[in-house]
Amino acid sequence: MTMHKQSTTGGATGRWGLGKLKLLAASMVLAATANAAAPPTAEVNTTGLAVTDDTVNVGILHSVTGTMAISEEGSVQAEILAIEQINAMGGVLGRQIEYIQEDGASDWPTFADRSRKLLRQDNVAAVFGCWTSASRKAVLPIFEQYNGMLYYPTFYEGLEQSPNVIYTGQEATQQILAGLNWVKEEKGAETFYLLGSDYIWPRTSNKIARKHIEDVLGLEVVGEDYFPLGHTQFNSAINRIRLKKPDVIYAIIVGGSNVAFYKQLEAAGIDLTDGKTTLLTISVTEDEILGIGGRNIEGAYAAMKYFQSLDNPNNEAFVKAFKERWGEDSVIGDVTQAAYLGPWLWKAAVEKAGSFDIDKVREASPGIELTTAPEGYVRIHENHHLWSKTRVGRAMANGQYEVVFETDELMEPDPFPEGYQ
Amino acid sequence: MSNFSLKNMMTRQDVLGFLVLAILLLVIMPLSMDIIRLTQFGKYLSFAFVAVGLVLCWGYGGILSLGQGVFYGLGGYALAMFLKLEASSPENTAIQSTPGIPDFMDWNRITELPWFWEPFNSFTFSVLAILIVPTIFAYFIGFAMFKRRVGGVYFAIITQAISAILTILIIGQQGYTGGVNGITDLRTLLGWNIRSDYASYVFYFVCVALLFVCLFIAQFITKSKLGRILVAMRGQEDRVRFSGYDVANFKIFVFCVGAAFAAVGGAMFTLQEKFMSPSFVGIVPSIEMVIFCAVGGRLSILGAVYGAIVVNVAKTYFGESFPELWLFAMGALFIGVVLAFPDGLAGVYQKYCAPTVDRFLDKAPVFKRYSGDSSYSPSEPAKAS
Amino acid sequence: MFSDYTATELGSIFAMQGFAGLILFAVFLLMALGLAIIFGQMGVINMAHGEFMILGAYMTYLTSNLFAEYLPGLFDAYFFVAIVVAFLASAALGAFVEWAMIRRLYHRPLDTLLATWGLSLLMQQSYRSIFGAREVGVRIPDWMAGSFPVTDIVELPINGLIVMIIAISVTFGVYLLMFKSSWGRRVRAVVQNRPMAGAVGINTVKVDRMTFALGCGIAGIAGSAFTMIGSTGPSAGQQYIVDTFLVVVFGGAASLLGTVASAFSISQAQSTMEFFLGGSMAKVLTLMTVVIILMVRPQGLFTLKVRK
Repeated sequence: MTMHKQSTTGGATGRWGLGKLKLLAASMVLAATANAAAPPTAEVNTTGLAVTDDTVNVGILHSVTGTMAISEEGSVQAEILAIEQINAMGGVLGRQIEYIQEDGASDWPTFADRSRKLLRQDNVAAVFGCWTSASRKAVLPIFEQYNGMLYYPTFYEGLEQSPNVIYTGQEATQQILAGLNWVKEEKGAETFYLLGSDYIWPRTSNKIARKHIEDVLGLEVVGEDYFPLGHTQFNSAINRIRLKKPDVIYAIIVGGSNVAFYKQLEAAGIDLTDGKTTLLTISVTEDEILGIGGRNIEGAYAAMKYFQSLDNPNNEAFVKAFKERWGEDSVIGDVTQAAYLGPWLWKAAVEKAGSFDIDKVREASPGIELTTAPEGYVRIHENHHLWSKTRVGRAMANGQYEVVFETDELMEPDPFPEGYQ
Repeated sequence: MSNFSLKNMMTRQDVLGFLVLAILLLVIMPLSMDIIRLTQFGKYLSFAFVAVGLVLCWGYGGILSLGQGVFYGLGGYALAMFLKLEASSPENTAIQSTPGIPDFMDWNRITELPWFWEPFNSFTFSVLAILIVPTIFAYFIGFAMFKRRVGGVYFAIITQAISAILTILIIGQQGYTGGVNGITDLRTLLGWNIRSDYASYVFYFVCVALLFVCLFIAQFITKSKLGRILVAMRGQEDRVRFSGYDVANFKIFVFCVGAAFAAVGGAMFTLQEKFMSPSFVGIVPSIEMVIFCAVGGRLSILGAVYGAIVVNVAKTYFGESFPELWLFAMGALFIGVVLAFPDGLAGVYQKYCAPTVDRFLDKAPVFKRYSGDSSYSPSEPAKAS
Repeated sequence: MFSDYTATELGSIFAMQGFAGLILFAVFLLMALGLAIIFGQMGVINMAHGEFMILGAYMTYLTSNLFAEYLPGLFDAYFFVAIVVAFLASAALGAFVEWAMIRRLYHRPLDTLLATWGLSLLMQQSYRSIFGAREVGVRIPDWMAGSFPVTDIVELPINGLIVMIIAISVTFGVYLLMFKSSWGRRVRAVVQNRPMAGAVGINTVKVDRMTFALGCGIAGIAGSAFTMIGSTGPSAGQQYIVDTFLVVVFGGAASLLGTVASAFSISQAQSTMEFFLGGSMAKVLTLMTVVIILMVRPQGLFTLKVRK
């Protein structure tokens, strides 16, 4: 018994030892180029966060193992890239960012555990992390209790607005409404078939979609179907779809099910490229296409705020830097870009506040804008979500999206949309 | 069992084992860990409840259940439902379209508390439900299967299917269950803030105390006539049946006890983590719970506690340091325990440490009155006095 | 819900729905056949069955890449090679696992369950380390994609047809092997009375190893076939466990005919319910029905031995 006890604390000291070493190394480097402009620590950190004269600690909390690791990998890479770029530019308030990475292991209680460690033991100034709604819901009470700051990258179902979270992905209405409007105008769609994996995000999103289709657009929903996560047999569902002959299949299927769904859709003779049936999804980014295979999903449309193929100088630089750092083969999906925004938004807020204190960062956050965002221009709303554009992309055989539409204006985030609940 | 005494129930090795565990859990751990680690440790202990139950079912009864997560989940959910209702007072949920119901129901456009949630407004009912609901459920499963003499392997597969069904149900019926998110954001217990450090300490000690209650019950069962019948059954079921015992009833009983233990563990988890999620109900966690028991030694109730602790500590340690190695380590652990150490940690202890400890105990005055019989071997019926 | 449609439309839909059920039947049959041999004939609970299937899927992936790289002209035919490769790789690994692990555990069936679960974790992490955590997309030749139009509305998915052909061939092959070959006779002899089979000169050790390898090899073929309809990822195998075991147990463990019948009834039930109720509820109801039937009739549909 004593043995395992030692191994726990031994592990902990080991980690701390390493951290100290890193701190030491960093401070030695910095001592040479001491940044005279850096304000004293006592001033910028009044609440005992892990901030020294030269460094500030932040946390990265994603699943590196388990079923979600596939999806979250890109977010980790984007966050690390952003932190490294910020450090290369001189850091935040003259301090180099050091990140402590924890593994949520695709397990919500583990996320809660690790977030408690990051906030209470490591006293990090901000956490970039979480992916699924379930993991966010699990850590939310902890961030509120210990007053931490979480930058959450995934597009999600909305119905939430925490003072301790900045949502850098789109909430449901931002992602859904413009896409549906587009499909009505552009494709003349009149009937819709809603599909989803069976959990909160697809169900809530479809609820909003249905309201919008029926009440706002005055069109018809002819069917709605849900499948257990991991489901791989869609032939019966596809038959139902064929029976109803909808103009638009609105699909919010996630994970491995996607692969099976698109393969079987194609095999069932529903050809997305022939223009007869439009498939609009909000769950398939470039990341997912890697697994689905570009050919199987060619011709489908996705409504997101970001596609790797976006043509603007910010994005060009971002894609180039990302590939240099993580390999030529890497692809960048919507969430990866949103994760990349996290450290930059935090940096801007800290600098505006002139302090790392969570309360001051929170106060400074609304109105923060980023002109260098790969997706273009974003701004933090009072409700802690981002103003951003919605775009529609058409999937191509090479696994990329071709942007066919983007909203003229930034879409206002509306996590508690009236009339949609 | 009329003149039942401590001496019949516990060998001096057992007494020593209980003492060491008590000192470890009540003194050493709380003193050496900060509250975060201690709560984490308390969470591991909640799995120890399941492991102890599995020692009874599997080690003694020969019933391998791959559905213990179901009972752990039911216990955890029962308490979480109560706490969630308390956290969803109309004042706290004023921004919802229907104040006074849990937030996830509101998101799913449910406007009225479902009937099966109503009783969970009562604390007494909820506490009883933690014990009774899983036990009744276990009774039905056990009754249907053991009365028809379903064999061990079939039982394992069917319990596994049941845990799969329950997971899909919980995730699919999210308006009533919180879905894949589980039941989160629990705040108070009868008005008392459960998020404070003080509350965490209290819950840890409550958890340890309940664990000891379960351990004593388990010890009693294994050392009673019932325990001996179970062991006999495991070896030669037919002979026990021919001797006039109703084998099925014993199996049902021990399965229900295991389920109740697991449910208490689940409730302890809810208290300490302040939420409950379907990720404990499925197949993978249920099988992991079996490995806690196997690592500890499937015949040793104290071993089960250590098994749960060791595996979970290893999981956390590897998870923090070498996440990619964790599955390899876990896989190797399964195979290694089965192939090389079928009796787990307890077996290792029996073989290498017990004789030394015995010699030492012979000299210790406290243990003098326990003379003679010290060889603890659960596969042999204890001597009747 | 049918009032809006013409009779032809309904007829076509039912035809296609029947076909969807048959595809699901083929999928279940392929999943379960290997396990039926291992579990039914040997009494070994192989929890790593899904991972053996995924091994077959990865082998198919590798083969397709090799063909695309070195023999692009023959790409259309790679799938036949891939099936053989998948079978051999899974069977070889199966034989090794039997030698290293399973043979020590024949008298402890519940322990094989734990050990093979451990094995499944090892295999999953190996896939993750070798092929990456991401799902891989297996490119299928053009002639195997798309559908085969029968009438205006009725279109039969070609990959579904192929899966069915594979399932039928494998079933037929297993039948020949088990009931018409001398090897099959030896396997059945060992199942019925091991000491006696040994006494009359059957090498029971070898029979065990070959049987286990055969079961794993069939799992490999199943995995290879599933690349056409499903996903190939490190932990995709776990999705199949419950379904597979239920099919085998429901059929009656020692009966091949039972496995076929059970795969058929479960797949038809699930696919019909899916059509009317949607995916999630259909799954729950199917599993629940099977479990309840098994509680009432634990020996399954067909059985050779009553009571364990």
